[in-house]
Amino acid sequence: MSTKKRWTRETNLTPSQRRSMRVFAPLFLLPTVAAFSIGFVWPFLQGIYLSFFRFKTLKFTTFVGFDNYAKAFADETFLRSFLFTVAFTVVSVVIINLVAFFIAFALTKGIRGSTVFRTVFFMPNLIGGIVLGYIWKMILDGVIVRYLGSTLALNATYGFWGLVILLCWQQIGYMMIIYIAGLQNVPTEYLEAAKIDGAGSLQILRHITLPCIMPSVTICTFLTLTNSFKLFDQNLALTGGAPFRQTEMLALNIYQSFYNSVSNMGVGQAKAVIFFITVVVIALAQLYFTRSREVQE
Amino acid sequence: MADSSRLSRSTRTVNAILTGFFTLLSIAWVLPIVIVLINSFKDSSAIALTPFELPTAETFVRFQNYITGVNNGNYSFFLSAFYSLVITVFSVALILLCTSMAAWYIDRVDSLFCKVVYYLCIFSMVVPFQMVMFTLSKTADALKLNTPWTIPIIYLGFGAGLAVFLFTGFVKSIPREVEQAANIDGCNALQTFFLVDMPIMKSTYISVAILQIMWVWNDYLLPYLVLDRTRYMTIPIHIQFLQGSFGRVDYGATMAMIMMCLLPIVLIYVICQKHIIKGVLSGAVKG
Repeated sequence: MSTKKRWTRETNLTPSQRRSMRVFAPLFLLPTVAAFSIGFVWPFLQGIYLSFFRFKTLKFTTFVGFDNYAKAFADETFLRSFLFTVAFTVVSVVIINLVAFFIAFALTKGIRGSTVFRTVFFMPNLIGGIVLGYIWKMILDGVIVRYLGSTLALNATYGFWGLVILLCWQQIGYMMIIYIAGLQNVPTEYLEAAKIDGAGSLQILRHITLPCIMPSVTICTFLTLTNSFKLFDQNLALTGGAPFRQTEMLALNIYQSFYNSVSNMGVGQAKAVIFFITVVVIALAQLYFTRSREVQE
Repeated sequence: MADSSRLSRSTRTVNAILTGFFTLLSIAWVLPIVIVLINSFKDSSAIALTPFELPTAETFVRFQNYITGVNNGNYSFFLSAFYSLVITVFSVALILLCTSMAAWYIDRVDSLFCKVVYYLCIFSMVVPFQMVMFTLSKTADALKLNTPWTIPIIYLGFGAGLAVFLFTGFVKSIPREVEQAANIDGCNALQTFFLVDMPIMKSTYISVAILQIMWVWNDYLLPYLVLDRTRYMTIPIHIQFLQGSFGRVDYGATMAMIMMCLLPIVLIYVICQKHIIKGVLSGAVKG
């Protein structure tokens, strides 16, 4: 298969095309490759390298081996933010995907006003995290102060659910759009055949619709999972970790150990590497898990 | 026959109920923005005490919040908006031009180097920003990429992953015969790309542009860490400063500035929502 692909590719470029490509290669590749090296490859490698050093500025670094990692794992705030992030991710992924799917399901039934509803639900996705955070801080504090006699900054439980509400408002519309696209691609023959065979609407949903939209489920869980896990702006604006760093998520915890602590920045970098590895593992595991359930056409 | 008409009538009732339900839900969905709009015309203490009431004669301050907000904190909001615009326009233009060229080359030339670049791009998409946050801001400082005019290079670097991935996905589907014909007619690689491929890729350009605009315009941490903060702010940084950094928080001014930040977004969304939804969708389905 791969040798055949290679063969077609090479015959597709005529010798004169190939010559011309070689001449202009720097023009095509250099800007992106150079910027990519500056903006990603070099900082990434340097980041891994620095996680083994103790440093406050880049001028004075001392090699400490895995000491930073040991310190990171011994850091109570880091572990707490890890648990908070996991709990938040699980709750928001489940809620966002369920609600988004059912809205999408209802809106593909041809009810009046579907397009308008779709437009409205998607809109919050365009607003940036910082602005979102302050909009909801004002609203939630308004409710909490009046009816619950507290504030977002004083109660970690309210902070947790505040973040969930915020993220739902932002992401349900986005996921809904993806589910709608998936639902519109379900072959109508399958649905009609099932109906003729006497399947009820729940049975159709369970055995026809859901298997057919598994690709959308994969994408949506992947996006909500990584978005929730990496959440930063919304967290910073809505709670800022208050009270006492109890609502701090991983990204914010790492940020604080870099910029709001006087001690060794290497610990922050080690936390960042742990964070990175966790995100990659979760993303791969999730893709493997849901991909294996997709229907092969 | 009678059965089917009864069924359709019951479906019609269900649909009417659903329409009603979704109408209510839609109103609830835009309510947060309406509350911000209302509060942007009230004084700060009224926002804190009675955030959900319409302004009364005493609490109504006309456009005072907008006037104070624009000049709050010794830094004009319009300057922040200007820099946000500069950064977004230049970054997105640079990303579109450079990554589409790179993606085309990577797909057409089957070399090891191209493969390595391509897989690195895909890899970069899952890496969280915190991983490179510190080292990237140091690198940017060292290379003097810390102004609104030079930060697009950083955006090109960090945003290349998704853009290259989306462009290569589309470039694959362009028939090689067209390019060969152009070559026979005397086009070199550069002319072939700009005259033949670029027009075909128009819809992909729009999709990628929308995704990147949404990212760069709303980005907070990257410009906050990279830019020289005493001289340059963007809208998200400005809002964060209004709320976070000063001792006394002026709620009214913040609401007014949030409103000024939302207004263009909502307007642009209403005008080109079809493109936006399509762009976001193509980004998601490929990613």
